[in-house]
Amino acid sequence: MGVFTRRRLAAIALVATTALLTTTACGGDDEAADGGPVTLTVDVFGQFGYEKLYRQYEADHPGIKIVERGTGGNLDEYSPKLTQWLAAGKGAGDVVAIEEGLLVEYKANPQNFVNLLDHGAADLKGNFLEWKWNGGLTADGKQLIGLGTDVGGMAICYRKDLFAAAGLPTDREAVSKLWPTWQDYVRVGEQFKARNTGAAFLDAATNTFNTILLQTAGNTTGYSYYDTADKLVVDSNPAVRQAYDTTVDIIDSGLSGRYGAWSEEWVSAFKQAKFATIACPAWMTGVIEGNAGPDAKGKWDIAQVPGSGGNWGGSYLAVPKQSRHQAEAIELAKFLTSAKGQIGAFQEKGPLPSSPQALDDPAVVGSTNAYFSDAPVGKIFAAGAKSLKPVYMGPKNQAVRTEVENAVRTVELGQRNPAQGWTDATTNARKAAAK
Amino acid sequence: MVVQVDGPPPGAVRTRSRRPEREHRLARLDVRYSPYLYVTPFFLLFAIFGLYPLAYTFWVSLHDWDLLGVDPAFVGAQNYTQLLADADFWNSVVNTLGIFVLSTVPQLLAALWLANLLNRRLRARTTWRMAVLVPNVTSTAAVAIVFAVLFGREFGMINWLLDLVGVDAIDWKANRFAAWTAISAMVDWRWTGYNALIFLAAMQAIPRDLYESASIDGAGRARQFWSITVPLLKPTIIFAVIISTIGGLQLFTEPRLFNSGTNAIRGGPLRESQTMTMYMFENAFAPHYNFGYGSAVAWLLFALIAVVAAINVLILRRLGGGARKGDR
Repeated sequence: MGVFTRRRLAAIALVATTALLTTTACGGDDEAADGGPVTLTVDVFGQFGYEKLYRQYEADHPGIKIVERGTGGNLDEYSPKLTQWLAAGKGAGDVVAIEEGLLVEYKANPQNFVNLLDHGAADLKGNFLEWKWNGGLTADGKQLIGLGTDVGGMAICYRKDLFAAAGLPTDREAVSKLWPTWQDYVRVGEQFKARNTGAAFLDAATNTFNTILLQTAGNTTGYSYYDTADKLVVDSNPAVRQAYDTTVDIIDSGLSGRYGAWSEEWVSAFKQAKFATIACPAWMTGVIEGNAGPDAKGKWDIAQVPGSGGNWGGSYLAVPKQSRHQAEAIELAKFLTSAKGQIGAFQEKGPLPSSPQALDDPAVVGSTNAYFSDAPVGKIFAAGAKSLKPVYMGPKNQAVRTEVENAVRTVELGQRNPAQGWTDATTNARKAAAK
Repeated sequence: MVVQVDGPPPGAVRTRSRRPEREHRLARLDVRYSPYLYVTPFFLLFAIFGLYPLAYTFWVSLHDWDLLGVDPAFVGAQNYTQLLADADFWNSVVNTLGIFVLSTVPQLLAALWLANLLNRRLRARTTWRMAVLVPNVTSTAAVAIVFAVLFGREFGMINWLLDLVGVDAIDWKANRFAAWTAISAMVDWRWTGYNALIFLAAMQAIPRDLYESASIDGAGRARQFWSITVPLLKPTIIFAVIISTIGGLQLFTEPRLFNSGTNAIRGGPLRESQTMTMYMFENAFAPHYNFGYGSAVAWLLFALIAVVAAINVLILRRLGGGARKGDR
């Protein structure tokens, strides 16, 4: 090899290095900003039921193509990913779904999102339950980050075969009458347990705790871990303490199967019919169907929740500022959250509409769910949805909730006694709020 | 490398290209500087993907940096002082070191034993040797998910087997020592075969005549193993320890997937199996989104690895001297 070869090698190395660096630096660029067809990416988690709506929208808007990412995914994995995309200023979809618990954190940094009020969204106010609309607004009311998709509502889903085995009624009206209050629910649980069916009465104390808390808070204070002045009130809000004490009763009676919510064991427990009841917001029906599988079709039914009302969960659609097709994305978000869009999603996967028009629509009111023994889900969920009392959520709601529910879990597993658990809950919540 | 060896020596270049002065100068520049050019790509990539993130993480760790916020406030060492007084952080350090010891010690002993077996005359030797590497080829996520199911409280096979011999079911995820054991089992499953092959390679470099003279002197198999094989393997053992240290202290996938469900990043209700990298993730991302605090954890992890590596080097110095005389 001579000098020239070496020089050529050096040149090749240089070119290769440059090429490598430029490709890594510029990777991820997609199609040109304008001209050709526009592809809109929608980021979701769980089941939003938008598939048919996309196809319809594409047919009505030639030149727009919609791609959805994340269906069936876990919220716990979706949230950090979305936050990273927003922080990096790149990677998020053109329309993103945000769960209400996370939305409060995003509202503290509204600069990441398009202000929908600047794009004619103010006219849409009447299309949403008032509290749902307000939930999408920043504290000063000047920016609208998200348009509401669904609300949770609240019911109890139960297995008829296990109820029959325990000698309890199986008809949904009769079951609802068994538990006007949570104390009654515990008493029914004790009866169930005494019959030794081999299954627990409920899945996990944390799920029941969250349900009782949101219901109690909605009916009394209107806030849970933070008051409306964003002060942490875990140890002073009677709703939190009351929910905790009721949950401890449930644990002490040995009613919980102690399956960590959303864990592998929890999913297996559905399949193996290891518990008889579960706190059931409207979106949970889809989760149950997915976890329990087709074999359990017709074995589940839906009854009223003890106490009265309550809301757990529900989401919003937002348009990140980093989107390169903001105008088109805003139009799509408006379409998906319209009454028509919400009805379509409800028919597909069951998320309960947050639009009063949709909640009144015969297609929603009259609907039944075949998997849940043809339960009239429209009547069960939609009827309560309009009278829902919302619960205010403070800035670090997610982190605080994690700590409190974890304390409940340690009590459930017998690692802490109820008094220690309460101390853990309050001190760890304070620590999390300060982080 | 080939270029360097095959190319004419510098002297030859000079004599041949004396006439065209320009080419001569170029050639000299070429000889002097092109080696640097060849190694540049690595350093460029390292600077971009290694050094820069390292420095930037340190910069972030000096701020009160909300992941989504604007204008993070400079707070100096506050994140570090807070972290050093954070019981949850020290819990994650103890977990990391505990899992590290619990996985590395049996793993290296088993690898040594396996390598010794593979070093004998066996039928289908190559098949056996390849077979021990199979667990290493499987994806970590798949291994972790399968093990998480095996170690389930109610539906897991391990508890079922324990039940057969009359032992009560163990809640593997809510018992610190049990969780460490289960995670260590995953790590060992993946890495024992890999280390066995490294030991095997080193064993084959040990001269046969040492064993022959030992047998003439009447030493049995066990005696030969402890008095010849192990001492001569010391440098390799140290290498395996260092590699295991780096991997062990950064353990993330196994414990993260072992804990499923909500807040799996906590590693159990009382943080039974939360490692340092998991604690870093919990703080920098969901649910705290405190990027500054998470970055401080990252830097303390870096410091811990440096300290443990330094201890390794000290041990290497002390032990390595004796071994080198015999072998390398």
